[in-house]
Amino acid sequence: MQWARPIGNRSGRGVIISPELGHVALIIALCLALLQSSIPLLGSYLGVQRWMRLAHSLAIGHLVFVGIAFGCLVTAFMLDDFSLRYVVDNSNRSLPTHFKFSAVWSAHEGSLLLWALVLAAWGAGVAIFSRSLPLVFSARALSVLAMIAVGFGLFMLLTSNPFERTLPFPPENGSDLNPLLQDIGLIIHPPMLYMGYVGLSVPFAFAIAALLGGQFDSAWARWCRPWINVAWVFLTLGITLGSWWAYYELGWGGWWFWDPVENASFMPWLVATALMHSVAATEKRGVFRSWTLLLAIFAFSLSLLGTFLVRSGVLTSVHAFASDPERGLFILIFLSLVIGASLLLFALRGPAMNSKSAYTGAAREVMILTNNFILVAAMAMILIGTLYPLVADALQLGKISVGPPYFNFFFVPLSLVLMACLGIAASSRWRHTAVDVVAIRALIPMVLSLLLGALLPIPLGIWFSAAEYSIIAALTLAAVFWVVIMSLQDVRLKAQSVPLTRLPAGYWGMLCAHCGLALCALGVGLSSAYDSQRDMRMELGDVVEVAGYTFEFSGLNETQESNYRATRGLIAVSQGGRPIATLTPEKRHYQSGGQVMTEAAIDAGLTRDLFVALGEPLSGNSWAIRVQVKPFVRCIWLGGLMMGIGGLIAVADKRYRRRKKIPSMKRNRLVEPALEVFK
Amino acid sequence: MSPRLALFVPLIVFVVVAPFLWLALDRDPNELPSARIGEPFPAFSLPSLKHPEKLLNTADMRGQVALVNVWATWCYACRIEHAMLNELALEGVKIIGLNYKDNRQEATRWLNQLGDPYAFSIFDAQGSLGLDLGVYGAPETYLLDAEGIVQYRRVGVLDQRSWQREFAERYQLLVSGDVD
Repeated sequence: MQWARPIGNRSGRGVIISPELGHVALIIALCLALLQSSIPLLGSYLGVQRWMRLAHSLAIGHLVFVGIAFGCLVTAFMLDDFSLRYVVDNSNRSLPTHFKFSAVWSAHEGSLLLWALVLAAWGAGVAIFSRSLPLVFSARALSVLAMIAVGFGLFMLLTSNPFERTLPFPPENGSDLNPLLQDIGLIIHPPMLYMGYVGLSVPFAFAIAALLGGQFDSAWARWCRPWINVAWVFLTLGITLGSWWAYYELGWGGWWFWDPVENASFMPWLVATALMHSVAATEKRGVFRSWTLLLAIFAFSLSLLGTFLVRSGVLTSVHAFASDPERGLFILIFLSLVIGASLLLFALRGPAMNSKSAYTGAAREVMILTNNFILVAAMAMILIGTLYPLVADALQLGKISVGPPYFNFFFVPLSLVLMACLGIAASSRWRHTAVDVVAIRALIPMVLSLLLGALLPIPLGIWFSAAEYSIIAALTLAAVFWVVIMSLQDVRLKAQSVPLTRLPAGYWGMLCAHCGLALCALGVGLSSAYDSQRDMRMELGDVVEVAGYTFEFSGLNETQESNYRATRGLIAVSQGGRPIATLTPEKRHYQSGGQVMTEAAIDAGLTRDLFVALGEPLSGNSWAIRVQVKPFVRCIWLGGLMMGIGGLIAVADKRYRRRKKIPSMKRNRLVEPALEVFK
Repeated sequence: MSPRLALFVPLIVFVVVAPFLWLALDRDPNELPSARIGEPFPAFSLPSLKHPEKLLNTADMRGQVALVNVWATWCYACRIEHAMLNELALEGVKIIGLNYKDNRQEATRWLNQLGDPYAFSIFDAQGSLGLDLGVYGAPETYLLDAEGIVQYRRVGVLDQRSWQREFAERYQLLVSGDVD
């Protein structure tokens, strides 16, 4: 028995045992999760403190063992252990080391293990940072998290074990990682996205614990807020990265495709965004309690649904690299149990809705309600668009495909309305904001943004040689300026009463995220309005002009990298005789799978991206070449980044840590079962 | 409705929607049996993509074993599939394109840029032929015998693996059947 020598070299000296260790670690982790899901919960009802306290150490133990399993799989990839089926399918000796690492989560089994690892990490995080919360509450929340971990642990061990062997005759080499996934974006995009997806399990667990205990007060909302924010930040960054990856790696300059898998990540984001806002109202004003609980349940349910859609193969998608109906059945059962049980619990024990409104005019509560309505409507229309083909098929209404036109038709107006409301919301106050005061305050910004929106497309049109005046650009600019000006005006108004340094971090975070949204919208609107694109046949030495830039096809060469051969074009770009960049788009031929990949070359800039992709070789020395000038496209991702940063700033708010200084948490006795209040 | 009963609404909605997901499981979109299998390719009369003046009909679908590939420029999986189609065309497989709900100019540009594996492409701007055929979405690929009878259908990207698994044998069988 040898520890670190791969068998693949046929030296015949043994098999490394780390995969078995990993397998055992997974089983132990599952057992710990089983204990964690039952003992603390039981303890919370029987009032046994020791049992409840067990939750914290079990959560950390769970993380340790899932971590060991993950480490074992990483080791197998690093050592080219082709006695593992999963390694054979997704790696190759010639694969660069960093891609061997990211290959760990490039397919189904490994992604699940990553999912489990991230879930364990969030669980351990809750265990560590929730020590100041009432024990009954944290024990229940940790039990709920463990139940999810049990589901995923069973799923992995029963249907998709990453440690399955190919013994006794392991192949010499693996079949390589899908070339699409051989990219830096893939190293960070899935972990980020999973952190977000799985992070939503924490507010979910908190919601269930609240339903079990009957406590839905401001304190509960305050405990939830940092977790929601952090999960939302990861989700935002994950989606942004995904869009950026699609833009430069899929090779034709699109950045969002309304693909089912993209939708699967976007729906939880929309609901999480709604949740983030409604929980603020629950904390500050004690309103929307049942709605906040429901959003917390839905946000996580949609994450699970996303996993189901991606992994079961019920929808076709380029992301569905591996799918299997049997696994789908397992996830579906799990999904039904989780959603069904939590909605049943919600129905039986949720707080009755308050019909009496304690807010008037354009109060912040009203604005948050509007925000929630728009975000949930957007989510619903995406959900319908994504699931409609399935439903129509089942009802035999015929087979229908839903494409981008449908999504854009709903989503563009909804976003504009959202931004219009956002401008007013920024300067609204809790409880009561008089409509006429808002109207007076909004007048100048409105006129200003409408003017800017109407006028700016004229110089922009000249700059990017657009044929006609763009209405899309005008609407976008007006909405963007409206949000930014109203936000700035609010800062100015606040500065009159409070020194700016005294404003809480939460306020600056909000401002940053809102401006990030505006920046993102600016990128979306202007890049779709002024995008110029030319596809043409070019011979060496040919010159083409696009939107004021001159592109010259100046050279072509061949290179050999470790696992692919590339044909690389040289395109010199200049503007008014001044050289700007030399772009080198590639056509890559991967040796192991025979796949051909287009690697676009991009000269990135804040105001425009120059994008060149090499198409097919045509006769002689000529190539099909796509040249694009994409104005402000970078703002889309910068905006996403800014939203994420805004979320982080808000998490840093002192308020969330203040509770440690409050000595008596006994005030939160409400969570004790004996004191549950129900009508 | 009393406020307490309102809390049951989400549960009821979920109970109604969930069975559809379950039904969908049995209908793997990648292996959707087409009602068309064993039946002739539906009758149609549509222009050719590259030669708008030329009208195509079912007669053009007969005479040789062929693949019918449903594609569109808005379909982003189609782009991934395209290299495979080019390769198949090089190997001598006859592929007929069905350009589905698309824009003629953009579709022509796409073929110029990525290469044209299609013997010809039917330009189905309204999606009427797609409807008759039961197209679920793009990309989709149908296998037609020399009489223009639909023999097999695949929904989703056609890659090396699915070609080997699902098409290669059927295709060879049909082609050798032709010779006999």
